[in-house]
Amino acid sequence: MSAIPETSMPTAPVTARTSRLSRERIRSAWLFLAPMLIVLAGVALYPLYRTIWFSFTDASLDLLGEARFIGWRNYLEYVDYGNGDGEWFGLLADPRWWRSVWNTVWFALVSVSLETAFGLVIALVLHKKFPGRVWVQAAVLIPWAIPTIVSARMWAWMLHDQFGIVNDMLQRLGLIDAPVAWTASPETAMIAVIMVDVWKTTPFMALLILAGLQMVPKDMYEAARLDGVPPIRLFRKVTLPLIMPALLVAIVFRALDALRVFDIVYVMTPNTDATRTMSVYARENLFDFDRFAYGSAASTLLFFIIALITIGFIYATRMNLEGDER
Amino acid sequence: MASVELKNVCKSFGSVEVLRDVNLSLEGGEFVVFVGPSGCGKSTLLRLIAGLEDITDGELMIDGERMNDVLPAKRGISMVFQSYALYPHMTVFENMAFGLEQAKLSPDEIKARIAQAADMLQISEYMERKPRQLSGGQRQRVAIGRAITRQPRVFLFDEPLSNLDAALRVDTRLEIAALHKRLADTTMIYVTHDQVEAMTLADRIVVLNAGNVEQVGTPLELYANPASQFVAGFIGSPRMNFIGGEVAAGHGAATFGIRPEHVDLSRDKGLWKGTVRLTEALGSDTFAHVDTETAGMVNVRLAGAERIGEGETVFLTPQTEAVHLFDDAGWPVRKAKAA
Amino acid sequence: MTAPAWLKTTGFYLLVGIIVLQALFPFYYAVLTSLEDGQALFEVNYLPAVFDLSNYRSMLSDGVFGKQILNSVFVATVTVIISLFLAITASFALARIRFRGRGLLLLTILSVSMFPQIAVLSGLFELIRAFGLFNSLWSLVFSYMIFTLPFTVWVLTTFMRALPIEIEEAAIMDGASSFTIIRRIFVPLLWPAMVTTGLLAFIHAWNEFLFALTFLSTDTQRTVPVAIALISGRSEFEVPWGNIMAASVVVTLPLVVLVLIFQRRIVSGLTAGAVKG
Repeated sequence: MSAIPETSMPTAPVTARTSRLSRERIRSAWLFLAPMLIVLAGVALYPLYRTIWFSFTDASLDLLGEARFIGWRNYLEYVDYGNGDGEWFGLLADPRWWRSVWNTVWFALVSVSLETAFGLVIALVLHKKFPGRVWVQAAVLIPWAIPTIVSARMWAWMLHDQFGIVNDMLQRLGLIDAPVAWTASPETAMIAVIMVDVWKTTPFMALLILAGLQMVPKDMYEAARLDGVPPIRLFRKVTLPLIMPALLVAIVFRALDALRVFDIVYVMTPNTDATRTMSVYARENLFDFDRFAYGSAASTLLFFIIALITIGFIYATRMNLEGDER
Repeated sequence: MASVELKNVCKSFGSVEVLRDVNLSLEGGEFVVFVGPSGCGKSTLLRLIAGLEDITDGELMIDGERMNDVLPAKRGISMVFQSYALYPHMTVFENMAFGLEQAKLSPDEIKARIAQAADMLQISEYMERKPRQLSGGQRQRVAIGRAITRQPRVFLFDEPLSNLDAALRVDTRLEIAALHKRLADTTMIYVTHDQVEAMTLADRIVVLNAGNVEQVGTPLELYANPASQFVAGFIGSPRMNFIGGEVAAGHGAATFGIRPEHVDLSRDKGLWKGTVRLTEALGSDTFAHVDTETAGMVNVRLAGAERIGEGETVFLTPQTEAVHLFDDAGWPVRKAKAA
Repeated sequence: MTAPAWLKTTGFYLLVGIIVLQALFPFYYAVLTSLEDGQALFEVNYLPAVFDLSNYRSMLSDGVFGKQILNSVFVATVTVIISLFLAITASFALARIRFRGRGLLLLTILSVSMFPQIAVLSGLFELIRAFGLFNSLWSLVFSYMIFTLPFTVWVLTTFMRALPIEIEEAAIMDGASSFTIIRRIFVPLLWPAMVTTGLLAFIHAWNEFLFALTFLSTDTQRTVPVAIALISGRSEFEVPWGNIMAASVVVTLPLVVLVLIFQRRIVSGLTAGAVKG
């Protein structure tokens, strides 16, 4: 009886009179929320607004205060050379930008798929009871705890073309004839970056999937076993549908994370067209090439791409944000 | 002596109306039990009095003073929760002291009050323990003790026995009755879905059904003169027999009600002829479920030792003065004694 | 058709072995490299061949690296303390008080946690320069709020919802104000959850790179991830890998120890934020 049926959105004219307790609690709610909201507004909303504003100006790093509004010119502009000839300029006409969009999407797609697959395997292993399980789980967590920069440099050393242990291993196994310049050559740079990302973030994926697995009631499996359902069928027909919600959440979290990737690429493969992602492209323009406004435009586009995906996801899953029924 | 009065009290959650136009007047020092099936609104009513829920419409008065807008802690009310709601991280003493500290009482006063309550409830030896080191019954006493120390005008109990096992429940019930005698000035309101608790504890019972007050009265009034078929069925154990069809029609009613203890059983003559289908021997009483030709299944109480075989043919006669008649809306029909 | 039991068991443990090996090997190899110097560094070893602490000695002796570690400790600690303080009151309001717009607010907070950091970079840069915080550690404490705050609020809200409501109602009946309820009831009860959340936020802040790279400009102000990223030789062939690995081990070891100690807590905190949402 203590559970109060909660109305998520006040539909009817709720409580014409609210008591002093409710009023005081609602007032203190806003009082409690205010500091957090002010900080969040200051650190997220206002800067976001400024980024978008800068993307419509000619701001440069040293002259932020003198930025003038120039409309869409950072995004797209047709410059007429006067002799019937002209050229498109701006972000949307920049092949390097489109290359980095493609790199980012490709990176997100491949790394999240691999992480999901490996994460699932690790989660299924950890879901079993076996001696030393706790230690295996601890070991699995370690790549997640290692700073991205450290992993990037660790792997860069392991993938070193002359002294790297990876080349050594592959040569000993007879898989390659000559050492591969993993991070330096355009063909393999992306592979190297994805490899490190998968290594580092699979643990997170595995843990989320494991949590989903642990919420599946045990008697479900026992019933299926009594019915003699073969394991693979059991996985496809029982386990997978039940962990789907957890799996989806994990995939989206990771996908959004992958779309803003910066650290690994910046440290492992600097200045390579083969791996430059949207974030790297934006930062290069902002601070290295002194094209602050142009970089802001790239940041803005990246933001809207991610925002669209997030909104789509929230809409698609209709997440229960009010947390009722608990 | 604090009287509690509810005038036209309504409560809705959004568009769902849980209490409709409740009017109640409780006298100071009374022990009142709110009883009804789950979802009837009895807990909500208690929480309105406590101030944990807003009153949508109507007025709540304690001692003639309007309470709608008074904070829970300022109403002179204590509450014992169903789950006890002890603070898990505080010792028994700290649990009992917390409210008194909030009321800015002096440390000496706090100690004195707690010592008194602890003495009354025999929990003095656990004062330094944490709730998790106590048994269910001990936690219950601490919860009551915490409520007592505040010296409330009105004492609220929200299904306080439902988390205890059966044996402990009876003991605690007796203790609560004794507590009421000791704190004779304190008005007590007690919510339960168990009509036995209601009958044994209450000075007066308020029966609630689907957000409405069905009847208010002493346990015996409710037993003898239920104001509706719902009350008749809810109060009394086992349930009153409800018989429809010709038997009821013969009395000008839709339903003919008779309690198992008001049916006489004979082996050779009576009004309704039937076969015993099932007997339940409880020691003190035996209940026989008789399949009659005219009245359908009827439950009959027999004196403790009396034995009757299943399959035997028997005759039943309802005691005329104990018959309850209801119309098809469940309202009582004036008894057709003259007929 | 089913494989014999011993084969299944062997296969399973083989899989466990591979999982453990791939997880641990890179770190093991970093430790191995960090203990090698001079010529030994450029020979591929699978097992420890030498034990030479000179990389560590040279890292720690120049004084800058020590300062950089302190910078990281300062930034991460202060960030965690401030976010926990702001989050505990906020999550009480979000978990326990019914008010108009609560769902929308939670949604906003969740979406801020998905903000790409690069999207606020230009705006933050302007703000930090305007406040004169450029090259100050406070610029990081402030900017890290963008990911620690939504995260701590979200996770603490989840944990707070799990606490029985009757305990809070008992406190209301006892006359405790909302602030007293937080201070005397919720903080003591949520202590474990706060440790978990704080730990995760600490790791997050400790590892952050983009803001630290952008808002700090001098060596002595930098945090360790940036310092490690910027260690380089005069040419491609002079990259001091031994030093890099030594520094990497130094900044990673505390995290590995934390993971081992708080494994259970970390797992519950990570999943509370996501799965239950």
